[in-house]
Amino acid sequence: MSASPRQPSVLPGFNLTLGLAVGYLSLIVLIPLAMAFLKAFQLSAEEFWAIVLAPRVLASYRLTFGTAFLAAAINTAFGLIVAWVLVRYRFPGKRLVDALVDLPFALPTAVAGITLTTLYSSNGWIGQFLKPLGIKVAFTPSGIVVALVFISLPFVVRTVQPVLEDLEAEVEEAAASLGAGRWQIFRRIIFPAIRPALLTGFTLAFARAIGEYGSVIFIAGNLPMVSEITPLLIVGKLEQYDYRGAAAVSVVMLAISFILLLCINLLQRWGRLRQV
Amino acid sequence: MTAPSRPAPAATVTEPPWVRGLLLAVALLFLLLFLVVPLAAVFYEAFRKGAGVYLAAITDPYALEAIRLTLFAAACAVPLNMLFGVVAAWAIAKFEFRGKSVLVTLIDLPFAVSPVIAGLLFVLLFGAQGWFGPWLKAQDIKVIFAVPGIVLATVFVTVPFVARELIPLMQAQGSEQEEAALVLGAGGWVTFWRITLPNIKWGLLYGVVLCTARALGEFGAVSVVSGHVRGLTNTLPLHVEILYNEYQFAAAFACASLLTLFALVILAIKTLIERRTARQRRPSSGETA
Repeated sequence: MSASPRQPSVLPGFNLTLGLAVGYLSLIVLIPLAMAFLKAFQLSAEEFWAIVLAPRVLASYRLTFGTAFLAAAINTAFGLIVAWVLVRYRFPGKRLVDALVDLPFALPTAVAGITLTTLYSSNGWIGQFLKPLGIKVAFTPSGIVVALVFISLPFVVRTVQPVLEDLEAEVEEAAASLGAGRWQIFRRIIFPAIRPALLTGFTLAFARAIGEYGSVIFIAGNLPMVSEITPLLIVGKLEQYDYRGAAAVSVVMLAISFILLLCINLLQRWGRLRQV
Repeated sequence: MTAPSRPAPAATVTEPPWVRGLLLAVALLFLLLFLVVPLAAVFYEAFRKGAGVYLAAITDPYALEAIRLTLFAAACAVPLNMLFGVVAAWAIAKFEFRGKSVLVTLIDLPFAVSPVIAGLLFVLLFGAQGWFGPWLKAQDIKVIFAVPGIVLATVFVTVPFVARELIPLMQAQGSEQEEAALVLGAGGWVTFWRITLPNIKWGLLYGVVLCTARALGEFGAVSVVSGHVRGLTNTLPLHVEILYNEYQFAAAFACASLLTLFALVILAIKTLIERRTARQRRPSSGETA
């Protein structure tokens, strides 16, 4: 980013725009969030821990974080390959494929949910081939992974792609002329350069996946202790008018999300340092 | 995005053909399985029972009402967040102040919050047992299980989109042009309309497009505050859910196909903007090189 000289700016509107921005953000985002924390802290510490560490809630964390981690890992591996292919190789329809990668960002999650459920149910296009192999995807935790892979697919591709595009060809050519093999070049030169981007993409995908609701509820089966994700558990508490319980579990999820957001910021800073 | 900014490595520095073929096959198969097949399935399922069922499903009064509400919520959320995006980007990109990085992080917060929790926040504020619930009840104002709640939830989840596009763009552009305009005697407002806005128009449009896509498709947050009252508080994605849960699969997929078509239009616009801005950027980077 260009570092323009930063004397006191002559441009007008600082107080107005900053005031409006902070005011709007407080009204829409910060105050509601603070109120949720206040609601949760109306509970005594014992009550709070009893709610957020109940066996059914613990099972939902395990499922939510486990499936989100798996989905993010799958997307990291395949996302790297997709980004590599899109940057380095020529093939017919490349621009169309490149545009299509963003489909999960544009497609409403409910549509993704009902479509994937139909595809992976035992008589669906994909499910019918998995059934003879004894693999059940829809209405099991593996269905959740499929839905999460779909919704978080673009993150790794879109964070790694620009870094790969900016890699200097000269370094690879120099390494090759010095006798390095292709795999060695990848491992020693390319991989270290794209590692921050890969990690950022993984964390973004993971953060998105742990909060996902719309696509998962259709395919999960939603059995308590088995295939009930934490966001669904929160909805369940809300439907029983257990506002404090819902707020307590939400506070745990929010705390984890904030930590992930912090990690993403640090990772992006690390990536920028590497690029300079 | 597609245009590599540097020449690709020479042919000598690439993988053996079989590795290239394998990687290409793996990538395309993965995308086929996860993107193309679901896309095809939406339209296949939508038209499976014939065009008559399809038309009946999307012209159903409840479906039309859902479409209207979805558009209304987006029409509230997108302009608000567009204004916020411009205002926030102006403050952040053009000025130095303490706590700037905190503010940038806070703008991203709604992305990190689960949509369900976003909905919950407004239930905790305005629901029957929420902070303002009793007061609202006394005034006979309904927010939760009513249209205002849906609008609020949609606004919340789409807060970051425009600001996120504009902040890096305006930071990269610097403020020399605006400063020149001011020195030459233009007012702040004129400077914004004549200098800043033309410079950021593509980034702004890009952000608005992404914001609109999310506003129309939001499910989790809206689902929590809506109460699913047909014809009143049902958005199109919620309508899809209801139809699906009632085993009206063809009708559910018919409505889903409308949302999918819209998603494809969004993708097309997005790609066009990306190509346009890539074209604009290339000559200028050639000049500095």
